[in-house]
Amino acid sequence: MEFVAVQFLNGLASASSLFLVASGLSIIFGVTRIVNFAHGSFYMLGAYMAWTLATRLSAGPLGFWGAIIGAALAVGVLGAALEVTILRRIYRAPEMFQLLATFGVVLVVEDLALLIWGPADLLGPRAPGLRGAVDIFGQRFPEYELLLIAIGPLVLVLLWLLFYRTRWGTLVRAATEDREMAAALGVDQRRLFTAVFFLGSVLAGLGGALQLPRETINLNMGFATVVEAFVVVVVGGLGSVPGAYLAAFLIAELHAFGILVFPKITLVLIFLVMAVVLIVRPHGLLGRPFVGLPASVVSPAAVLRPSSPAARWVGAIGFVALLAAPFALGDYALTVATEIAILVLFAASLHFIMGPGGMVSFGHAAYFGLGAYAAALVASRLAAPMVAGLFVAPVVAGLAGAAFGWFSGRLSGVYLAMLTLAFAQICWSVAFQWAELTGGDNGILGVWPPAWAAPAAAYYYLAVALSLSAVLLLRRAIRAPFGYALRAGRDAPLRAEAIGIDVAATRRIAFAVAAGSAGLAGGLFAFFKGSVFPTYLSIPRSVDGLLMVLLGGVNSVSGPVIGAIVYTGLGEQLVRFTDYWRLAMGVAIIALVLAFPEGIAGFAARLADRRRGAPAEDAR
Amino acid sequence: MSVLAVRDLAKSFGGVQALAGVSFEVAAGKMQAMIGPNGAGKTTCFNLLDGQLRLDAGRVYLAGTDITGLPTRRIWRLGVGRTFQIAGVFASMTVAENVQTVLLSHRRRLAAFWPRVADLYRDEALDLLAQVGMAEQAERSCGVLAYGDVKRVELAMALAHSPRLLLMDEPTAGMAPGERMALMSLVAGLARAREMAVLFTEHDMDAVFAHADRILVLDRGRLIADGSPAEVRTDARVRAVYLGSDAVAEAG
Amino acid sequence: MLGRRQFIVRTAVASAFAAAAPYVARAQGGPIKIGEINSYTAIPAFTLPYRNGWRLAVDEVNATGGVLGRQIEVISRDDAGKPEDAVRLAGELVNNEKVALLAGTFLSNVGLAVSDFARQNKTFFLAAEPLSDAITWAQGNRYTFRLRPSTYMQAAMLAEEAAKLPARRWAVVAPNYEYGQSAVKWFKTLLTAARPDVQFVVEQYPSLGRIDAGATVQAIAAANPEAIYNVTFGADLTNFVRQGNTRGLFERRAVVSLLTGEPEYLDPLKDETPTGWIVTGYPWDQIDTPVHKRFAESYRAKFKDYPRLGSVVGYETFRAIAAAIGKAGGADAEKLVGATRGLKLDSVFGPIEFRAIDHQSTLGAFVGKTAVRDGRGVMVDWRYADGRNYLPPDGEVRKLRPQDT
Repeated sequence: MEFVAVQFLNGLASASSLFLVASGLSIIFGVTRIVNFAHGSFYMLGAYMAWTLATRLSAGPLGFWGAIIGAALAVGVLGAALEVTILRRIYRAPEMFQLLATFGVVLVVEDLALLIWGPADLLGPRAPGLRGAVDIFGQRFPEYELLLIAIGPLVLVLLWLLFYRTRWGTLVRAATEDREMAAALGVDQRRLFTAVFFLGSVLAGLGGALQLPRETINLNMGFATVVEAFVVVVVGGLGSVPGAYLAAFLIAELHAFGILVFPKITLVLIFLVMAVVLIVRPHGLLGRPFVGLPASVVSPAAVLRPSSPAARWVGAIGFVALLAAPFALGDYALTVATEIAILVLFAASLHFIMGPGGMVSFGHAAYFGLGAYAAALVASRLAAPMVAGLFVAPVVAGLAGAAFGWFSGRLSGVYLAMLTLAFAQICWSVAFQWAELTGGDNGILGVWPPAWAAPAAAYYYLAVALSLSAVLLLRRAIRAPFGYALRAGRDAPLRAEAIGIDVAATRRIAFAVAAGSAGLAGGLFAFFKGSVFPTYLSIPRSVDGLLMVLLGGVNSVSGPVIGAIVYTGLGEQLVRFTDYWRLAMGVAIIALVLAFPEGIAGFAARLADRRRGAPAEDAR
Repeated sequence: MSVLAVRDLAKSFGGVQALAGVSFEVAAGKMQAMIGPNGAGKTTCFNLLDGQLRLDAGRVYLAGTDITGLPTRRIWRLGVGRTFQIAGVFASMTVAENVQTVLLSHRRRLAAFWPRVADLYRDEALDLLAQVGMAEQAERSCGVLAYGDVKRVELAMALAHSPRLLLMDEPTAGMAPGERMALMSLVAGLARAREMAVLFTEHDMDAVFAHADRILVLDRGRLIADGSPAEVRTDARVRAVYLGSDAVAEAG
Repeated sequence: MLGRRQFIVRTAVASAFAAAAPYVARAQGGPIKIGEINSYTAIPAFTLPYRNGWRLAVDEVNATGGVLGRQIEVISRDDAGKPEDAVRLAGELVNNEKVALLAGTFLSNVGLAVSDFARQNKTFFLAAEPLSDAITWAQGNRYTFRLRPSTYMQAAMLAEEAAKLPARRWAVVAPNYEYGQSAVKWFKTLLTAARPDVQFVVEQYPSLGRIDAGATVQAIAAANPEAIYNVTFGADLTNFVRQGNTRGLFERRAVVSLLTGEPEYLDPLKDETPTGWIVTGYPWDQIDTPVHKRFAESYRAKFKDYPRLGSVVGYETFRAIAAAIGKAGGADAEKLVGATRGLKLDSVFGPIEFRAIDHQSTLGAFVGKTAVRDGRGVMVDWRYADGRNYLPPDGEVRKLRPQDT
């Protein structure tokens, strides 16, 4: 019994830590609707800055707490600066596009932190006066953890007072619940957004700084944290700060007690909780449906026009270049071209649901990975030929996509995106943990193509043939009646139902088709790399897909193709060119985002329209 | 036999009775207006009729068939068209494509992955657009149309599957006065030509009294009058509802 | 196009070359190119000292005239911790840069991916750091060798020490991935064989890098074990130690801990280093063999920093490669395989050999106890555990490794 009580306190301390990061993210998302990947980087910077200040300032309580507060405020200033210098310029871009810019910031911060603080883990000083433990039910419990337990609810109360007892707070709430109403109230949106970014980043910085006496400061603490924080925000209900605390509490306690029964549960617990909550309560524990938030998070797209003559020429030249490539390129350049061809299909499959479907997926790698594993298992366990593997891959992934579509029926927007993430993480953890079948994190090796397909040029032609056919089929589907049904459901769901379209069924089919296409890409990738690992269905791969689609332009049929080529090509070049390729990549992404707020293909389409003298109205 | 028959329709939201015991019928080829002050329950009634809301009690018959509780898309397939108070068109499509999409849905061809929409039912769509005076704008994006034009496109979409019953929620809202009369004349003409029943709500009493064959008056969820324009105009309860404004009397 | 890293190495090569043997390399047909891949951005704490280590070795080899009269040129790539990227880069190095062989990797799955690439493409690969037993056993292949002692070897060193302890009730805490699970599996197998009376009363498997230390410490304490076997490392270890210290988990309990004595993991703990833990590691400041002293001094002179274990691994990986090329009389893959089988080398830890039977080097590790001196963690009472003594009998190894290789 004593043990249960103390473990409960452990859960409370973790809940506070989770809540601090999540509350800031919740406020930022609630008001600005920006999926701020950089929030985790701010958390990390808070910890690093607190470390620097605490080791520079006096060792007493003043120095320590001064360091914590100073770091939090400094991070707040950085957050406000991010809003003013970058994000403000792209608010008119399609929603979700800002995610791209914040991801660029993540890459930049990772390398800058490495440059400034070095590669080694840093251990901060302990809190003066709170180094020891107190006796609770005969068990020693650290004093600092008690303080943390108190800080979470304290911050919750302070935020509540801020939101419910000040004019500024009322404006923030108004903006969270209804943007248009807030605008009608005469809210200066720019200043509000800057202030919100400052507050949210202060909370992230504080969360990181408060870990100083508890955890090592390291370069990996950002990315894992931002994912967890997002889960907490969504489980709690977007924009609901009390919901965030409730979610943090629920997750931390389930975790504290879960490890007693299933010590390996930590891998997937948080995502299981999210999946269950979203299926039972589609708007999170304390969330409400947003007023004025479109069912899709992608703004209405421009009209699809037939390809311009110039685009056709580019396509024709590209096709000839694809055929001729093996005669001009070396083996390595061919393997890069093969990889790009496969990833183009992956991006196009994601675009199919994101663009025409208006459904953002944060977990598209699930289908890529399932396809890869299906192909690899068929080849390695059943010793079946590669062709069988390439056939099974899209089938398995497509079935998984259909199953997911069935569960996700009531969800839309970011909630849907987060359920896709949960599903992907559950798949990932199965691949990771079920070592008897999947080889665990060591993966499945020796999945090489047969002799006829083994030469670089042969596999290149195979990958290009399959990938290109699938991409062209997807493009065709977008211009076919099915694509129109899908877009009808995105543009005006009620109207779509009122002309006889089963919007939910249409989306399920689109999901299955996209998943199957991603699965084919995964199958091709498996034989291409000769091995399959859980990284194929991990979050970074999902993020890669998202970045490709957004970079190319979500509203353009050619967007994913161009995005995949630019993103993969850029990464491949930079990683060979410099040790600080993340920094370079981050800067490049931010520059592209600022230069092409409609994506590269969107920009090209507008140029073409202008030249053609077509009405500018279509290009938005 | 009437095209639409509604029996004892009831709906409440969290204890507030939005509609209570409403019964009426709409006859083929007739224009029937539903009027009433804001919050009287008109839009709720429409949403119940086309299946967007679940009703608490009552029955809805379409040409004698019970369609109570069917989903919107089934009701549409049985021949009920609808336009919305805030127009709903597909903003990422051209005017013609909007109508083509409806035609494709009507012919059950929306599951096709291969044919190009550009080639499908185009003449038929242009024909419908010509009927509502939108043929010249067929290639424009619906996202950039003037609001009155959007309403016309919506009408063309609603007519595309030759409905037996057309539900129009504020069809002329946001239009200039001249446009309103033209649109209502157009609808009235189509109703007669196609033997189509039309049930519409409208704030513009001039339009109502000029074009309605019959008028229903709702107040706080109850039907307080159901009769010819002349009958409604002289109805004491109706005058009381439109208190002080004398709008009804003046409209005559 | 020159990569920056490649450029640095080439510059270093060029300057050494100008000083030492001006015309030899050109006469012999240019440098021998070696492809190197590691997780520089994903695991910088270990791989950056590792990179210093191999740069030192390459400079030393080239300064003394290179191998077979040819200079060594290293082309290095960052795999970002992703096996699929490592495979692409391996292809780039082999096909584009025309490297003669591959070396490096830290993560087990990256090492396995590159080793499978090596098998498929018949390219020599010396895995530097990945610990997975599969590299030389279950997934072993003709073209892959490994320098660092495997999970099995390190677990065997600690199981030997653990068997000497009176403790019977053991707890286990390990990161939840293949390395953690294998380290636990071998430790349990070997300890139980030596001491049938022990039992394992609680096992905790936190996610790598995401330990919830307070709850984990409490869960272990609740089972009241007499001793703890720890496999966590890096940030997880530090967090575990902090919570464990404050909560008194380690008082009156023996702890044996894998890798904790390596400076990469010991140094961040500073004055909070728990004392008396039995660990494997590298007491860099106390080894006074001439070979090691020379290495440590050169390292400090060149990088103004002390060597970590990664530095030794990087250094010895490239010295082994140079020795193998010298013995083979060239960098042809098949000849290299033949030469590396049974290759003997005087490493900074002592003599080592690449075993012909499974391609594992006999590089060992230091086993000792942790202590705090001058506010930092050190190893005391240590001894060098020679790797050759911590491998299963040859008969067992033959069963573990596919024999067609």
